[in-house]
Amino acid sequence: MSDGPTPLERFINGILPENPVYRQLLGLCPTLAVTNSMKAALTMSGAVLFVLFCANVLVSLIRSLLKPHLRILVFTLTIATFVTIADKFIAAFMWPMSKELGPYIPLIIVNCAIISRCEICASKQNTRTAAMDAVGQALGFTLALASIATVREILGNGSWLGFSVLPDAWPNWVLMVLPPGAFLTLGFLMAAVNWLTMSQKTKSANEP
Amino acid sequence: METLTTLILIAVGAALINNFVLHYFVGLCPFVGVSRRLDTAFGMGLAVTFVITIASLLSWTLTFYVLRQGAPVTAWIGGFFLSPDRAAEIDLTILNYIVYIFVIASSVQFVEMYVRRFFPPLYKAFGVYLPLITTNCAILFACLEIMKHVSGASSPAEMWGLHEALTLAVFGGLGFTLAIVIMAGIREELDLCDVPAPLQGPPIAMIVAGILALAFTGFTGVDRGLEEALRPEKNETAQTARSESAPYPHEVSR
Repeated sequence: MSDGPTPLERFINGILPENPVYRQLLGLCPTLAVTNSMKAALTMSGAVLFVLFCANVLVSLIRSLLKPHLRILVFTLTIATFVTIADKFIAAFMWPMSKELGPYIPLIIVNCAIISRCEICASKQNTRTAAMDAVGQALGFTLALASIATVREILGNGSWLGFSVLPDAWPNWVLMVLPPGAFLTLGFLMAAVNWLTMSQKTKSANEP
Repeated sequence: METLTTLILIAVGAALINNFVLHYFVGLCPFVGVSRRLDTAFGMGLAVTFVITIASLLSWTLTFYVLRQGAPVTAWIGGFFLSPDRAAEIDLTILNYIVYIFVIASSVQFVEMYVRRFFPPLYKAFGVYLPLITTNCAILFACLEIMKHVSGASSPAEMWGLHEALTLAVFGGLGFTLAIVIMAGIREELDLCDVPAPLQGPPIAMIVAGILALAFTGFTGVDRGLEEALRPEKNETAQTARSESAPYPHEVSR
């Protein structure tokens, strides 16, 4: 795969054109579950960055040894190892956050965003490309999580990253913090992203 | 009677109140991906229920006999190398994620071979979705939930037995089926509607899911009422215990 996208292209691809959440609809479980506060979303993104980077690099290092029918098993076991490390790290140094994130850190193991990167990129390309790809995808994931968490935390709690940004008179819109708010926010944000892309396309179609 | 009450409460909690999809957001990928047609959605729901049950059975057994601190098998094997006291202290729970994912992957493989051998038409109908169950978070979530009640239980009396673990698994799976079938029913109708272009596809599915989740929040408190009806004397302590424990993100700020 020498004529595939360059590492830099891979990196940029992950941030917007192939954003794992908005474009590929991958890794939705943590996206919805941890975005009720900005802090939780950022911790989750950090964990995903660590796991995705390590798993991608390791998988691309051992890619010549992979057997086709066992590859998913190898991917998940690799990811599970790194998730255990991340989980123990968070439990050791950020106990309240570990409590708050609950089962969603271990659920990174079955996060399709990571498995799909191992499958699509890391198992076929050299280590440098895989590493860049991992960072790009993780940044895209972070952006998506941060945007959803911003909307939900400001509307639901009147605060952002724990600081209150809205006046005290703001009636906390509890629905946004509860599960339905997560679905609705993601739905409308996706629609907004689609709408932006569509209007850009019509613009570029009209220009030439 | 006491056991039955606990089982009923677990069942109602897993299927309706804390529905896997609509409350914990696990199993969302098939929920969005396979909910276009009613029959495939139903098949998917049943397959997931089946795999959840098998995986929970295996993971409960492994957690109870091997992984948790003071597990009989580990202590017995450790007894050959260490003193009995030291052997009883061995705690293998650090291995739990790796063990569970291995259990899930192999049970999915087993189910796939079984279905392919004995029900070829069903195998064709599932197509690529059958192996994809491996990466369904609902199954790992059920295993983790069971683990929390086995190796994380504060006292041996609170430790979940196999019957409790299986109840959670089966009814969690049925709750998933219920959610995905309702969703597929709505989306089949939605095909005939005039949806604005940016909302078409996944965004409108998310919004429908949000409204569905809103409907399911109506079940909140059903467990408290049921508990009151089934065991009135314990209700007082149960309520205080519930308000203190807030294990998941969206319950913290409630």
